[in-house]
Amino acid sequence: MATSENKESYIAAFRKLRAGGALAGPVWLEQLRQAGIASFEAMGFPTLKNEDWRYTSVEPIATQSFALANGEAKSIIGAEVFSRALIETDAPRLTFVNGVYSAALSNTTSLPQGLRLGPLAEFIDQGDASVAAQLGQLARAEQQHFVALNSAFLGDGAVVSLAPGCRLPRPVYLLFVSTAGAQPVISQPRILLLLGAGSEAKIVESYLGVSGKAYFCNAVTELVGAEDSIVEHYRVQQDSELGFHVGTLAASLARNCHMTAHAVTLSGALVRNNVRVLLNGAGAACVLNGLYLADGKQHVDNYTLIEHVSPRASSLELYKGVLGGAAHGVFNGKIIVHKDAQKSDARQTNKNLLLSDSAVIDTKPQLEIHADDVKCSHGSTIGQLDADAIFYLRSRGLDVAAARSLLSFAFASDVVRRLGIEHLRQRLDAYLVGRFGAW
Amino acid sequence: MLEIKNLHATVGDKEILRGIDLNVGAGEVHAIMGPNGSGKSTLAHVLSGRENYQVTGGTVTYQGKDLLTMAPEIRAREGIFQAFQYPIEIPGVSTTYFLKAALNAVRKHRGLDELDAMEFLSLIKDKMNLVEMSQALLNRSLNEGFSGGEKKRNEILQMAVLDPTLAVLDETDSGLDIDALRVIAGGVNALRNPNRAMIVITHYQRLLDYIVPDFVHVLYNGRIVKSGTKELALELESKGYDWLKGEAAAVH
Repeated sequence: MATSENKESYIAAFRKLRAGGALAGPVWLEQLRQAGIASFEAMGFPTLKNEDWRYTSVEPIATQSFALANGEAKSIIGAEVFSRALIETDAPRLTFVNGVYSAALSNTTSLPQGLRLGPLAEFIDQGDASVAAQLGQLARAEQQHFVALNSAFLGDGAVVSLAPGCRLPRPVYLLFVSTAGAQPVISQPRILLLLGAGSEAKIVESYLGVSGKAYFCNAVTELVGAEDSIVEHYRVQQDSELGFHVGTLAASLARNCHMTAHAVTLSGALVRNNVRVLLNGAGAACVLNGLYLADGKQHVDNYTLIEHVSPRASSLELYKGVLGGAAHGVFNGKIIVHKDAQKSDARQTNKNLLLSDSAVIDTKPQLEIHADDVKCSHGSTIGQLDADAIFYLRSRGLDVAAARSLLSFAFASDVVRRLGIEHLRQRLDAYLVGRFGAW
Repeated sequence: MLEIKNLHATVGDKEILRGIDLNVGAGEVHAIMGPNGSGKSTLAHVLSGRENYQVTGGTVTYQGKDLLTMAPEIRAREGIFQAFQYPIEIPGVSTTYFLKAALNAVRKHRGLDELDAMEFLSLIKDKMNLVEMSQALLNRSLNEGFSGGEKKRNEILQMAVLDPTLAVLDETDSGLDIDALRVIAGGVNALRNPNRAMIVITHYQRLLDYIVPDFVHVLYNGRIVKSGTKELALELESKGYDWLKGEAAAVH
């Protein structure tokens, strides 16, 4: 079967790289990669039989051969991709092309005091103790097929590390561009975000596909929020028509750490976002905002798992999707409240707007509660544009097309207005107007 | 300006309007009263072109044109405005944003230049005072979480901005306390002028103390059974609608 052949080809590639000395490094890294390939060898790619992958077939990824990237940055024009990727060019930035770091397209000059920002490979080479201690602690290769694959080939990526008390005045941008290679390319960036106690940051991961050919981006981010830190994490993802994307964010929040994680998916052939949050200290709080748009035959799957481990933590989740054409959307939101997590407050909402008869959404909220003194709620809606609202707008002079555009925009912009970066709000609203049509 | 002749309309398979005749001239304010279920709101919906209301007979001519063949947005652009009994909430779009889009659609149709954001803001500032609305309210999502009074004030604000030739106010007084009623009536009265006609639909005479009509019509069982001047409203207030039911039965 093609899928297992392909699994074997990844394993063979791993052995070849290792034999050639390409996967050298410190012992802890060696162990991480070994654990990754061992897990991947045991599990392979997920199938529909796997509960967390019930509605998403990864066969298009599993059956295709992808080559490791060689970092063809030559064809990239900075100004063009920065604009498309919604990046503020005067803010600190790391850029990766097909997973390979590009110093020329990055901006690491005059960083604020207390911020360490650079490619992961450099941190590893320098023997950075915090990276050695944290990498692989949150994103575990066991049970997670794509984390296993990412870990096996762990090479480069980004590190954002904030000293205790450091408050960043500007967002940090991490840009990952996928572009055409000689054959379909795979990139597997690994991102480590370390928020010291009482620190504050806004960190934007922007994924942009500029290739007309198939590619696969399998990104894994680990976010460690120490006590009293405040972090806004953004994931803006625009993959091209033949782009496959699996993105994982694994976060652990200590006492009174507040994290807001925004996930904005605008395009891609097959996209799967995993967000896993551990509320690991009393008073920790997370807000998850999601917006996903899909058209044509695109498939976009958002999986979120929030674990309330400690008491008095809160989670507030809103994911909204707009699906047109024959697109398929999936929302799978799981909340687990552990035995000791009394006074937990968990609220989850998923709303979907279907713009065509052929669009499909599978929405699956799951609550698993083991404590008795908690507030938990979840709700999901699936609907079309409201006929009464369309009539109301027409009665004020807008035609049907304009009314539909405005209402679709309003539905999506409801997520955009929650973003904490003015630049992103403006650019995304403009994007939505372009996507749904002006009025 | 508006001529309604022998208008019949059904909702589903139920005939609601059974031969309405009404002439409204420029500058006139006509009140339409009647008991629940008499067809008042149906008349408003037929005039604004709402789906699910089937016109089965008669004609409606507006400024010499056949109104019934116009799409709802064309009616709006041609100068017809309906203040709704139950205004819709639209999360994600502010009143300012929505109203600018609406005004520009109307202006474009009338061959006027579209207003930019600054021009629109200065226009709306004038109109806000008319119905005592704050900028903060206008920046919020359209009608979302608005009180009943705020929603109705928002309708009148929209009317002021869109500057219609014919305004149809459908039960604008329903659900309002006396203070809100005064504010809204004040706004409506300020918009009365010799070129603009209004049809004020209400169940109660109370509203007509504040918006004094030129003519009053009583709708019953899908027909206008009595027309008169503002004194007719007072007569209805003291006698109720029951005496009319007797008259209607005697007539037909």
